[in-house]
Amino acid sequence: MTLRSSKKILAVSSGGGHWVELLRLVPAFDGWEVVYATVSEAYRSDIENARFHVVRDATRWNWIRLVELAVKLCWVMWSERPGVVITTGAAPGYFALRLGKLIGARTVWVDSVANVEELSMSGQMAGRYADLWLTQWAHLARSNGPHYKGRVF
Amino acid sequence: MIFVTVGAQMPFDRLIRAVDEWVKHRGSDAADVFAQIGASKWSPQHVEWVSFLDPPQFRRKYQEADVIVAHAGTGTILTAMELGKPILVMPRRAELLETRNDHQLATVNRFESITGISVAWNEDELKKKLDTVDSLPVVSSAGRYASAQLIDELRQFLNLSPSHDDE
Repeated sequence: MTLRSSKKILAVSSGGGHWVELLRLVPAFDGWEVVYATVSEAYRSDIENARFHVVRDATRWNWIRLVELAVKLCWVMWSERPGVVITTGAAPGYFALRLGKLIGARTVWVDSVANVEELSMSGQMAGRYADLWLTQWAHLARSNGPHYKGRVF
Repeated sequence: MIFVTVGAQMPFDRLIRAVDEWVKHRGSDAADVFAQIGASKWSPQHVEWVSFLDPPQFRRKYQEADVIVAHAGTGTILTAMELGKPILVMPRRAELLETRNDHQLATVNRFESITGISVAWNEDELKKKLDTVDSLPVVSSAGRYASAQLIDELRQFLNLSPSHDDE
């Protein structure tokens, strides 16, 4: 049975800067079907004609919302079956990477450019589930990852 | 027009209050100001304001504005860089419960040196910089998309054939 579609990307982020950063990666997705999952219905107007899922925003201080987020992402992952999961963080991206790994998707974490002193907490936790694990600051790169390969501007 | 924005996540009354006081003090000398203030219990007396704007309205205000005055949110700064608008930011402070952690302070430090954004570290500095708001430096342009290096890296990764392609 085919568990995933090899030419489909699930692009995931929470709100504010994370979403703005995700949209700045779009030219890399040429030739792929892209499906988005983010935290606000209002962001739908930022994308054209792509499928779009709204998930709960959550932080590690709110367990109920974290569970709601994880359950919704399970459903998104099961119905979309992406070949690649890519995220700019934060909590929705972490869960999406873990769930993506479970269905055999390849995974990309791009830590937010806002994290200049250390990787975000979710970025540190996501590292072991990311096939491509990136920071946007050269001074935060390590030989085993995260790696620095340019930034969103 | 000066567009003031605090983003959608939390209010930032210290910024809005400083702008409101500046407009009151300057009277008719002050430029037109339009402020997006978030879900705040307090509202300014001397500037036109709304709580929230949806993304298309937000973008329109950005385009209409001569200058952006804002919290130091990454999305806010990136949008100013994309549209080539001068931007003056004041970082939120965790000890005043304006944010959960102080990452805006470190972010702003780095961004100030590499992008040319203007920074006010407190309300007095903000008001002083507003006095010369017409001569704020232009920020380095970010275009609409990520650096070629990052886009290429992602493309390369995406174009690797999966180890067990099943279609």
